[in-house]
Amino acid sequence: MIGIKGLTVDLGDFILKGADLRVEKGEYFIILGPTGAGKTVLLEAIAGLHPVRSGEIWMGGKDITKLEPEKRGIGFVYQDYALFPHLSVKDNILFGLKRRKHTKKETAEALEWLVGLLQIKHLLERKPGTLSGGEAQKVSLARALSTNPEVVFLDEPLSALDPEQRERVQRELRDIQRRLGQTFVHVTHDFEEAVALGDRIAVLGEGRIVQVGTPEEVFRQPNSEFVARFAMTRNIYSGEVRDDSSRGTVMDIGGVEVEVITELRGSLHASLRPEDILLSREALVSSARNSLVGTITKVEDRGPTINVTVSTPVDFVCLVTRRSLEELGLVEGDEVHVAFKASAVHIF
Amino acid sequence: MVSSERLKKRYSLRDALRWIVQRRLTLTFFLLGMVILLFIFIPLAKILFSSGAGELWSQLLDSDVRNSIWLSVYTALIATAVGLIFGVPLAYFLARHEFPGKRVIESLIEVPIVVPHIAAGIALLFVFGKLHFGGKIFDAFGISFVQEIPGIIIAMVFVSVPFLINSAKQGFEEVDVRLEKVARTLGASPWQTFFRISLPLARRSIFGGSIMMWARSISEFGAVLVLTSSPPIASILVYRGLEMYGIDYVLPLVTLLMITCLVIFVFLRILYYRGKRA
Repeated sequence: MIGIKGLTVDLGDFILKGADLRVEKGEYFIILGPTGAGKTVLLEAIAGLHPVRSGEIWMGGKDITKLEPEKRGIGFVYQDYALFPHLSVKDNILFGLKRRKHTKKETAEALEWLVGLLQIKHLLERKPGTLSGGEAQKVSLARALSTNPEVVFLDEPLSALDPEQRERVQRELRDIQRRLGQTFVHVTHDFEEAVALGDRIAVLGEGRIVQVGTPEEVFRQPNSEFVARFAMTRNIYSGEVRDDSSRGTVMDIGGVEVEVITELRGSLHASLRPEDILLSREALVSSARNSLVGTITKVEDRGPTINVTVSTPVDFVCLVTRRSLEELGLVEGDEVHVAFKASAVHIF
Repeated sequence: MVSSERLKKRYSLRDALRWIVQRRLTLTFFLLGMVILLFIFIPLAKILFSSGAGELWSQLLDSDVRNSIWLSVYTALIATAVGLIFGVPLAYFLARHEFPGKRVIESLIEVPIVVPHIAAGIALLFVFGKLHFGGKIFDAFGISFVQEIPGIIIAMVFVSVPFLINSAKQGFEEVDVRLEKVARTLGASPWQTFFRISLPLARRSIFGGSIMMWARSISEFGAVLVLTSSPPIASILVYRGLEMYGIDYVLPLVTLLMITCLVIFVFLRILYYRGKRA
């Protein structure tokens, strides 16, 4: 529905070279990348607000690479909402509607519909400077939706909100997107936000699109160390994968050999999610499990969950609940067994 | 009882000393600031109150005086309008684009502030004089700049437009580019974006710059003298009077000129700050 082909854009710190991307109609599409990866510039380039060096931008079967931004049908919600400070909330929302050939009645109806959708009737006469972050965000979204765009771009729409608002606004965004069947392209650096909202995620880093897939795919099978690190898989190892006569396929991760399941051989990376590791006082015997002995070097309190680092001497970060931590009575310096399935180790 | 009172007194004295010592920077700066304020204020006040109401009234009855003050006011206004038409687009361009040589252009804009105004007038004469190319071009439209009102205007524009350009440029720089970008995605053309977003948001800086340009124009002397000494603007009338009849003769005229400028200036400043609050 909206697509880029071989797009090359100067992103500031990086140059995006020959990027390909396709966003389907009605999809909630996430572009995930670290701060400074040029995510905003990429959105601006697709919206015609930033020069493109080469490549094509397609929308609904039409090449819009050279089209003026006002004719592209892309709504834009900026990080700090970019409301026009000299216009009231009402006039902000009407700005786009007035640029179109609507009758007064149509304009009034559109305004009423947007106001109802986002529940901002009480804000209409206010100036943007008096709004809270959450309110400004709603107004900005109403304004972006006002022109009935093909797609709405959201540039880090949640990052200026406090944590409590974030979760609520996140739900509202998802809800509105679903209800309208509106295509959203949402840029963020927050992996959890991406997983929570996205139908699909594109990971942007170091000037290229590193991986595209469903959250599950990106989460479970990062295709590179960059994505894995970004996906907050805390355990990432590098080492040699080889066949072992007695144990099948093993990987040497810094002096410790673990069983893995993969067709790949040679010098590779492995990722292991902290929640896939089991901690115990006694050794668990099971053919499918890797079992190692180590010493607890760090216990990090994360609220409901706790990260326990075990040195075997290779470090394993394990996720345990507060309850099991207390049941096992784990403290720093204790000797423990760590166990995980060979299939839990993702090789890439 | 007595001793406690004494203690109290000693304490408050020490307190006062400490107060002074702790605020020595503020106090020093306050005193230095007062010197320069009085330096500005006293001469102005002396001129303002040196002439009686009767003298000022008789000055107003003099048609030469009235004509020259009126000439100063409206040529300065036209100069400011010219500055707006040509200076604001340049200011916007400079605020939005980076290009090699930009610093050179920005410096060039400020040159008229630096050069002696007599020199500026002579430089203009070398372009807009009857025998020079600028003069010839405008001559075809029946416009002459030597000993004519258009000469006053171009002299004023030359020496005072930098104030407007710089102020407007700063105003445009303060307008978030993303506001313009959003306007474009909402269907506004570049022109609509400029007139509905950029210009309204920079209007205060532009207005402030216009006040400065107008004020600088109405006080111009050197450059105007070279191009058009007659009809005389107010400052030239003062100069002539001073040369021919001496200081006592021109004092009421100077007072009148100053009052006129101050009234208009203060009025514009009030408008400016009203806009700021809104």
